[in-house]
Amino acid sequence: MKVYMDYGAARPVDPRVLQAMKPYFSEAFGNPSSFHGVGFEALEATKRAREQVAALIGAEASEIVFTSSATEASNLGLMGAARRFRKKGSRIVTSAIEHISVINICKELQREGFEVLNAPVDGEGMLNLEKLEDMVSDQTVLVSVMAANGEIGTIQPIREAAEIAHESGALLHTDATAATGQVPLDVGELGIDLMTISSNDMYGPRGMGALYVRKGLRLKPHMIGGGQEGGMRSGSENVPGIVGMGAAAELTEAEMEGEAGRLTALRDRLIDGVTSEIPESYLNGHRTRRLPNNVNLRFSYIEGESLLLSLDQLGIQVSSGSACTAKTLEPSATLLAIGLRHEEAHGSLVFTMGRRNNEEHVDYVLRELPGVVKRLRAMSPLTPKELT
Amino acid sequence: MYSDKVLDHFRNPRNVGELEEADGVGTVGNPVCGDVMTIYIKVEEDRISDIRFKTFGCGAAIATTSMTTELAKGKTLDEALKITREQVAEELGGLPPVKMHCSNLAADALHEAINDYRKKK
Repeated sequence: MKVYMDYGAARPVDPRVLQAMKPYFSEAFGNPSSFHGVGFEALEATKRAREQVAALIGAEASEIVFTSSATEASNLGLMGAARRFRKKGSRIVTSAIEHISVINICKELQREGFEVLNAPVDGEGMLNLEKLEDMVSDQTVLVSVMAANGEIGTIQPIREAAEIAHESGALLHTDATAATGQVPLDVGELGIDLMTISSNDMYGPRGMGALYVRKGLRLKPHMIGGGQEGGMRSGSENVPGIVGMGAAAELTEAEMEGEAGRLTALRDRLIDGVTSEIPESYLNGHRTRRLPNNVNLRFSYIEGESLLLSLDQLGIQVSSGSACTAKTLEPSATLLAIGLRHEEAHGSLVFTMGRRNNEEHVDYVLRELPGVVKRLRAMSPLTPKELT
Repeated sequence: MYSDKVLDHFRNPRNVGELEEADGVGTVGNPVCGDVMTIYIKVEEDRISDIRFKTFGCGAAIATTSMTTELAKGKTLDEALKITREQVAEELGGLPPVKMHCSNLAADALHEAINDYRKKK
């Protein structure tokens, strides 16, 4: 059986999305800036997509800036705001478990003279709001807290973080890449000023992302050119990509609730099944304030990459927080930030489920995983006698 | 990313387990780094008559330990001491560059096991 549970890494494009995109490659190929019929057609298509993405997050179409990826959206949001509002102050506060893209953007801003503070999280990955409040000062330009962590699934208290930011006159950015299409996010209700949105996480095409920019807010653009996207992101529009992301947003909005309920049941079946069947297996992240599709488990005495290899042999495709699967040979910073020791972080597995997964897949994992863990534990010199 | 030979040794590791009453035991690595290898040897007339291993670590760590035990079995102690990390990697059809240092420690564990035996003697 083939069981793909790595939707956090890549999702298939929804066939309906692909269908919607197709005409915009060779037929309706116009440039939205052109002053003629072919151009107007392309302009109309991007307008509609902007409305579709805006509707998903309770925004207005004019507040959506299309980018080439979620990473680019975070670059524009964080760098564009920090550089634009430098006069206000030089402090940026983030959480200790941000995605590597946000971490590295903040490092770059540090080199430009900004001071970056990381607010800690608890053992389940929940942001410590008191510490955040202590760190946010009148000199703070930006607070950036991810909507949900793609690795351990924990959903953050964004509204509370936004209130703290706003009390000091700072802007609130949230990286909603992992949360996009998984949980409802209303920018007005949550008090969000800037939000990174992913296309592929909604089964849209890769090479697309968007930044929500609250009305009236101007950013310093990093892509200078013909002034597309309201001057915030120049470059002739990727019309098929934009149309695809719009279609994906509309489908997601219609189907999110049902799909979230279905995935939550699969998620809980997997968590309960594994932790009750396999001794010394533990859930990483929050049990309930958790993305519907995320299961992150750790197994004592064994290492994640050998788990991945063994599972791949059985047709089960997942991820790990182990150093051995990372380019840096460092275990996941998120797992260390929630207080795990290195050797614990090495033994973690991340399952991110999606549309094509079903109960049969979960049961297949539940049947095969105990044997894999047992075999690797039998080989490990760290395993206590009673477990072999 | 791994050669077929690495995958074969990962899937079907040779000489895995422990040796009751081993003549020498060598352990290298550190759980913090994600790799720990232990090699057990039996020695008869200055030759490695039996060998077993246990490894905590990635696919490369398990495969290199397995290969090391296969190379060492039946060799004299002096011959076995000449087995190098590079030789183990070569016999496996190569390893990804990042794995050469962190996961290719099995030859060291073998040498430690031999030294342990000689110390005890």
